[in-house]
Amino acid sequence: MIALLIRDLRLAIRAGGGFGLGLAFFLIVVTLVPFAVGPQSDLLARIAAGILWLGALLSCLLSLDRILALDWEDGSLDLLATAPLPMEAIVSIKALAHWLTTGLPLVLAAPVFGLLLSLPEAGYKPLIISLLLGTPALSVIGTFGAALTVGLKRGGLLLSLLVLPLYVPILIFGAEMARRGVDGLDYTTPLLMLAGITCGTIALLPFASAAVLKVNLR
Amino acid sequence: MNLNALWAYANPKKFIQTTDKVLPWVSVLAVVSLVVGLIWGFFFTPEDYRQGSTVKIIYLHVPSALMAINVWLMMLVTSLVWIVRRHHVSALAARAAAPVGAVMTLIALATGAIWGQPMWGTWWAWDPRLTSFLILFLFYLGYMALWEAIENDDTAADLTSILCLVGSVFALLSRYAVNFWNQGLHQGASLSLDKEENVADVFWYPLLVCIAGFVLLFIALVLLRTRTEIRARRMRALLARERMG
Repeated sequence: MIALLIRDLRLAIRAGGGFGLGLAFFLIVVTLVPFAVGPQSDLLARIAAGILWLGALLSCLLSLDRILALDWEDGSLDLLATAPLPMEAIVSIKALAHWLTTGLPLVLAAPVFGLLLSLPEAGYKPLIISLLLGTPALSVIGTFGAALTVGLKRGGLLLSLLVLPLYVPILIFGAEMARRGVDGLDYTTPLLMLAGITCGTIALLPFASAAVLKVNLR
Repeated sequence: MNLNALWAYANPKKFIQTTDKVLPWVSVLAVVSLVVGLIWGFFFTPEDYRQGSTVKIIYLHVPSALMAINVWLMMLVTSLVWIVRRHHVSALAARAAAPVGAVMTLIALATGAIWGQPMWGTWWAWDPRLTSFLILFLFYLGYMALWEAIENDDTAADLTSILCLVGSVFALLSRYAVNFWNQGLHQGASLSLDKEENVADVFWYPLLVCIAGFVLLFIALVLLRTRTEIRARRMRALLARERMG
């Protein structure tokens, strides 16, 4: 399992642009927003938390099809399927590798980008906690979507159509938590809801992803 | 009734034979109850003292909203049947139901907007109910797109039914998450079993007829579309056999 994780991480970092791409996309979104809504810092401060969440979500979406597509094309997915590792473990590892290479850098970069969008000081802690809690679920759900569309020629657009509705609850609670933090309100409730959804997703969704992947490898 | 007898209809031939007899009746009943319900509702009910004649859109709005959710439930059940017992008719019925459900959702949203404009002063508000219907519509779109995208029929049935299961959980989550996210403009349930909350009797009876009409219309459409799909599949199989021979 560890070997698979290390292999995936190495591939993601070395093989052409997958690693920094999400981060660069996030930066571009954050840069474009002031052009779209105007540079007034009070307006930006009000929407910063939401923009950062949306940007994180979109950059996560951007790299989803890379989770399984490359392994599918060169046949290593078939090899993995015949390995003694259960399929559930394989998809979980894939999701973890995706989170480590996409989700975690986004979480770490978010405070810097928050600075760019003049996010109020009270907002940093809830924003980082909510992203830290929410992005693993984004990766796990994304792996499910990638497993659904892995056999398709042009699965990218379909992947977004399938995955985005599934992201709704996480976005709602995550952004709500960050927003409440900015306003100086108590954010325990959305924090607990977000943590609950993430834990449930990580615990249960790999079974669905594994089932889907088995169908696709049939 | 012996429940086991139900599984006999999993045989496509038996399904076609039975629906041959049932379909005309269901279709006629659907048309009759829709015509009766809508005419009764539109022309022979009093106007609401506050809403005026706009209240009459309820005869389209409530049944279609009801069906939008129930169609998804029906797809969930048939998907489960496909996963557990692998009856092809079941998977095809789920496929046949999806576009009907999507159109029902669209009707509910559109009539809601038309009703909302004079009543709330806005076509659209980010109200929990409206928002969750929009999300439900997105789920329908994704489900149908996945069916279309995959060539192998059995693979498509497997993948879409798992998507339907996962999607149901997340749709439910979204339904309660949006409650948390914004306060509602929409009224409470108009059809709960608790009589106190319900609409007045004069509106209630034509509404029931309309709901029955929508249910029957849905059944007729699903039966029709499932039969079409079964026949199309049989034709493909025959063509393939001819080419081989």
